[in-house]
Amino acid sequence: MSKPETNGLTEHFPPLTAQEALMEANRCLFCYDAPCAHACPTHIDIPKFIKKISTENLIGSARTIFDSNLLGATCARVCPVQELCEGACVLGAEHKPIMIGRLQRFAMDHVYQRGIGVVKLAPPTPWKVAVIGSGPAGLSCAGELARRGHGVTVFEKRELPGGLSTYGIISLREPMEASLAEVRMIANLGVKIETGAHLGAELSIRDLQARFDAVFLGVGLGATTAMGIEGEEYAIDGLWYIEQSKLNGTGMKPGRKVVVIGAGNTAIDCATIAKRLGAEHVTMVYRRSPTEMTSYQHEYEFVKKEGVTFRFLTQPVAVLADNGLVSGLRAVRVELGEADASGRRGPKPVTGLEFVIAADQVVKAVGQQRPSLAETLGLDTEKGYIRVNEDFETNIAGVFAGGDCTRAKNAASTVMAVQDGKLAAAAIHVRLMNAEARRG
Amino acid sequence: MADLSIDFAGIRSPNPFWLASAPPANSGAQIHKAFEAGWGGAVWKTIGAPVLNVSNRYGAWHYGGQKMLAINNVELISDRPLEVNLREIRDVKRAWPERAVIVSAMVESTPEAWHMIVRQIEDTGADGIELNYGCPHGMSERGMGAAVGQVPEYCEQITRWVMEVTKIPVIVKLTPNITNVVYPARAAVRAGASAISLINTINSITAIDLDTFETSPSIGGKGGHGGYAGPAVKPIALNMLAALGTDAEVKQSGLPVSGMGGISTWKDAAEFLLLGASSLQVCTAVMHYGYRMVEDLCDGLSNWMDSKGFRTIEDFRGRSLSRISDFKDFDLSFRAVARIDTSKCIKCDLCYIACNDTAHQCIDLIDPAGAVVAPYAWDIRSNGRAEAVATRPQPRVREEDCVGCRLCYNVCPVENCIEMVELPSGRESITWDQLVKTKPEVTEDWEAMKAYRKKMGIEVH
Repeated sequence: MSKPETNGLTEHFPPLTAQEALMEANRCLFCYDAPCAHACPTHIDIPKFIKKISTENLIGSARTIFDSNLLGATCARVCPVQELCEGACVLGAEHKPIMIGRLQRFAMDHVYQRGIGVVKLAPPTPWKVAVIGSGPAGLSCAGELARRGHGVTVFEKRELPGGLSTYGIISLREPMEASLAEVRMIANLGVKIETGAHLGAELSIRDLQARFDAVFLGVGLGATTAMGIEGEEYAIDGLWYIEQSKLNGTGMKPGRKVVVIGAGNTAIDCATIAKRLGAEHVTMVYRRSPTEMTSYQHEYEFVKKEGVTFRFLTQPVAVLADNGLVSGLRAVRVELGEADASGRRGPKPVTGLEFVIAADQVVKAVGQQRPSLAETLGLDTEKGYIRVNEDFETNIAGVFAGGDCTRAKNAASTVMAVQDGKLAAAAIHVRLMNAEARRG
Repeated sequence: MADLSIDFAGIRSPNPFWLASAPPANSGAQIHKAFEAGWGGAVWKTIGAPVLNVSNRYGAWHYGGQKMLAINNVELISDRPLEVNLREIRDVKRAWPERAVIVSAMVESTPEAWHMIVRQIEDTGADGIELNYGCPHGMSERGMGAAVGQVPEYCEQITRWVMEVTKIPVIVKLTPNITNVVYPARAAVRAGASAISLINTINSITAIDLDTFETSPSIGGKGGHGGYAGPAVKPIALNMLAALGTDAEVKQSGLPVSGMGGISTWKDAAEFLLLGASSLQVCTAVMHYGYRMVEDLCDGLSNWMDSKGFRTIEDFRGRSLSRISDFKDFDLSFRAVARIDTSKCIKCDLCYIACNDTAHQCIDLIDPAGAVVAPYAWDIRSNGRAEAVATRPQPRVREEDCVGCRLCYNVCPVENCIEMVELPSGRESITWDQLVKTKPEVTEDWEAMKAYRKKMGIEVH
């Protein structure tokens, strides 16, 4: 059998074989009130789904995962398990933690590959909810409302649904097809998904409120933050870079000497793409030290092994270009001063220590802009993020929000967005049921 | 270096480990190989009546990813012609004079048939004969094997026929598929047997195929009970061994017992010896791993003996028999409580749920601030490794309420984490038997029992 054409970014972890999964599942102690389930932001009953793998009840296993997390297939791939479930495994201290993420994928693959629908639906209600954005928060909210019998329409501005799972996560961790399969699963629960529908352009919140009984905003964040440096227009947007690697597959050719600005998850992914697709030198430039990096330790270790080099305490000053072609990044040496608003020590330039890093491609991945929609819609914000209460409701009654666009506290992640969508759906459901009770 | 050699009813063997009469001891070539690996002896796979075997004859029980915790077979006695077996027995014994070569036999229940087979075996130069009264399938349907072992009178009669003619030691092998194994053992004693061996395999059906609804394995669509053996049967074998060792009649006879049933490691072997076995037979573990496993059986046993200061097997054989007692003679005032070593505890909480759901509800969960908390007390909005680990409560035994049932000790996955600590009960020793004799009313009437408990300060919640 010939191998399919790949671009070096095929999924990093192969699926576990049935034998591997069985052996690993049997290693699980089946802890009571298990710490892995506490550590999981969606609190999947992990020992339960693993026990079901060990008894070869894979449909029951998948259903257990879906009970707490409808995006179990994405989370199995993209979750920083070392910081969550696997990090809390009681076998981690003296032994090897259980491979929870890969077992979860094993159970998910079983039902996805066979097209088995395991989520049970409540009888239909007359209530209708609009969900804006088809990323993890939106899909989770939509699916949770649909399983409760409500009519849900998801409005997605882009051509393909799935949000960052589709466009923004390196194929090495989640191929686009895995994300799109998950979207189809949610659609099969009765959720309508309209792509190319841009809130604010043809869709107004007022229209939506007139047509739907509740609105959920899972709009994510904006484009990559501007650094305000000279020549910034020559730098490639990191999210666009990842998107190209997923959409364009084998066609994408990185530069020979690539500089990636930033040290978060996206920056790590960009550096990995450049390296895997054939760049000779990939350098990550970060103005703070390894301690302040927002990427996870395991991601840092991963790209170091890939051969990516790091320039810490290095602040970009200008992207240099000759006749429109990038030639390098001018940077200045910095040292760290007092802690800033983010709680991290802020960089201070060391005067006179300016230098140029040669590059023919500069990618910037320095975080995303706050949701611009908040202002357009007149929503209250907190640190630029949409402000929500305990029920994930914004200051506009009946308009809820969750996911990255509300992530004023804690690090943004797929699984946190899924949990937001789930909790918001529960709150919306209670609201709708109360309204029904009042109506009699 | 400990001396592992044994003298079993006059049969000498450099170590106590013999291949049991089973597939590993089916041919001369196999037994040559086994002796090269270090086995002290072999009980030749039963020879006797003509048979035909079937395919899919071995089933097995697997659990939790562990293969072959027990094996089940419907294999019959040797299906090789009698003269081939006799010739190979002679060759093996000639090549290995210092190893024990014992031949298991089973023929139809007539004195002529038994006399004939005994003489044929003796002619080979074999060291002894084992009478197979245990085969639970196939042969028993033809009035042999377990059909004999289950009727003490038949055991006695056939053993007498054998003893009439034999010049070499005779071992009577017992079936466990009987209400009380002591009765056929006493029959063997009465008939003048030289030794006893136990246990043969246990009747069992290992599995049903959930797709075909046939037994698994399926023999052309059919199946039935076979003989069960392997690690899972060890506790049953130990109990039957102890039953012989503590029976006055059997004990008085002084007949040595060859112990078998699930021996897989030197530790199992030492336990059988401590309960009085004089030689040990092994089958399933060899069928799982091959003859090579005898090396650790000998090495481990020898090292353990050295560590205990035992020079020979006789130095400790049967030492634990004095510990075998009956419930009525247990000290009702003995008290032990479970204690969890917090430095070893991994907080899996298996002890907590076992105690609270199924035992005596005396394990609490203590949060890092020292307060008793309910399970699942964490906020559903909390998450992450750091928080889950830092806030995880510690299980702790309320010793005053602990009845010392030992369930938590058994479920704990960490070695030496839960210890059963003996505590003074503050009461004088008393057994149920003594109570029956001194205060019979307490043993017959709940009101008297309640009064007795109150007086003695026994609180059962």
